[in-house]
Amino acid sequence: MFSRHALLLAAAAIALTGCGSAQVAAAPAKQSPAAAQQSPTAAALTITDPWVKTAKKGMSAAFGTLVNNTDAEVTIVSGASPLSPKIELHEVVESGGKMIMRPKAGGFVIPAHGTHELRPGGDHIMLMGVAQEVLPGARIPFTLTVKGGEPLEFTAIGKDFAGGKEDYQPGMGHK
Amino acid sequence: MISRRGLIAGGALTAVGALTAAPAQATVEPFHGPHQAGIATPPQAHAVFVGLDLSPDSDKEAVVRLLQLLTDDARRLTQGRPALADTEPELAATAARLTITFGFGPGLFAAVKAESPVAPLPSFTIDKLDKRWSGGDLLVQICADDGVTVAHALRMIVKDARAFAKVRWVQRGFQSATRRNLMGQVDGTVQPADLDRAVWISQGPAWLRGGTTLVLRRIRMSLESWDAADRVAREFTIGRRLDTGAPLTGRAERDEADYSQVNKLGFPIISEYAHVRRAHVTDPGLRILRRPYNYDEGLTPDGKSDSGLLFASYQADIDRQFVPIQRNLAKGDLLNEWITPVGSAVFAIPPGCAPEGWIGDGLLK
Repeated sequence: MFSRHALLLAAAAIALTGCGSAQVAAAPAKQSPAAAQQSPTAAALTITDPWVKTAKKGMSAAFGTLVNNTDAEVTIVSGASPLSPKIELHEVVESGGKMIMRPKAGGFVIPAHGTHELRPGGDHIMLMGVAQEVLPGARIPFTLTVKGGEPLEFTAIGKDFAGGKEDYQPGMGHK
Repeated sequence: MISRRGLIAGGALTAVGALTAAPAQATVEPFHGPHQAGIATPPQAHAVFVGLDLSPDSDKEAVVRLLQLLTDDARRLTQGRPALADTEPELAATAARLTITFGFGPGLFAAVKAESPVAPLPSFTIDKLDKRWSGGDLLVQICADDGVTVAHALRMIVKDARAFAKVRWVQRGFQSATRRNLMGQVDGTVQPADLDRAVWISQGPAWLRGGTTLVLRRIRMSLESWDAADRVAREFTIGRRLDTGAPLTGRAERDEADYSQVNKLGFPIISEYAHVRRAHVTDPGLRILRRPYNYDEGLTPDGKSDSGLLFASYQADIDRQFVPIQRNLAKGDLLNEWITPVGSAVFAIPPGCAPEGWIGDGLLK
């Protein structure tokens, strides 16, 4: 059996080959304060402190800390929300001296009994076309599809946030 | 006592971010409960009071979102945890007895189309109120023993409030463990013994029970003219000794003042116009809970101070408790020679909330 350590390393290695940037991809997922509150009987996959950046229209992003309570690695392959007809799972990587974001190949992988933080400047759930204004304090439903598992449903809170300007620049990233 | 081992263990747990790692020492004030924290809480060293005015388009639905956001910030920050989307999470780690207390002014009730349990105070002859220190729809009172903790909490709160409200005023204060104000007097000696009677509301609208009211008065001290008063005059003015804080008829600070004692000439030892006599309340159930903070805003080019007291008074009933005392003081307190109320604001302080609730949920849900 793999040790937890080995799994974490493996995950990091996959991310490394995926984008070629040691700086960003190798950053270990930090545990969020609330993650430790999960009881032993908690659901297989949970998210703590989910929030979504407020936006009038266009693009926005959702964040939080994914917590895998199972003995096996969990992969999130897609996301959905009534807020935006198109949603992508993104990573932020360095390309030509600039930080760019792009769809993350293979989705988000959360190691067994591990966490995966979605944060401004890192992996995030990208809302490609916000159909309705996201107000501060609004409660926005999301569904994440899990490879071979039950989908994760949660509600993210709208928060004003100056950072995480995830402008999609298709010309700079790769498809 | 805290062992070194315990501290190290606490540190390690904090590093991985466990909420349950709240250290044993009383540096974290509980957030949830029947009453909001920051009232009966022993006063912390630093305080900031912020008065916010709701935007014209902040209706009930918006006020609910605002209060849910601010409650969430307070719930996390007071427990030493970062706010949601905290940009400086490291600054949240030192709770330093942080309390964040919310109050509703008359304008908030108008915005949510509810009857206001509070109204501005009647005017008093001594008042020289400045708009920039008066009124406000929503009060946020932030207190902690660490100034950085206060600054961080203020910033997180205000960032979440921006979309809903404008800042009307900010009043910063500090307090010493000696409880001395900037005139040198020991302040806040006589307090209500029974908070359930004097402070917490038990009648009237159900949503406000367990809450209270706050009168926040900004009282400027004329320290330049106070400099001209000698110690005898100063003690006569207050009715207490400067060194011990004892009443002029007693020996220790907590001795009860004897207002009937007279000197050889037959004059009362504590003057009819002494501050303690004017402020004295016979029924302890009608006492006000004072939680004053000093302010000291800076100096004029010629070195004159802008100092005074942020006089925060909590009571179940403003009209029955605060107003009569203030009337008595306005009529004939010797201290009026040196102090001037320059700001005045009143707020209903809702009760505390449950872990899944938010401040004001009883009114707005």
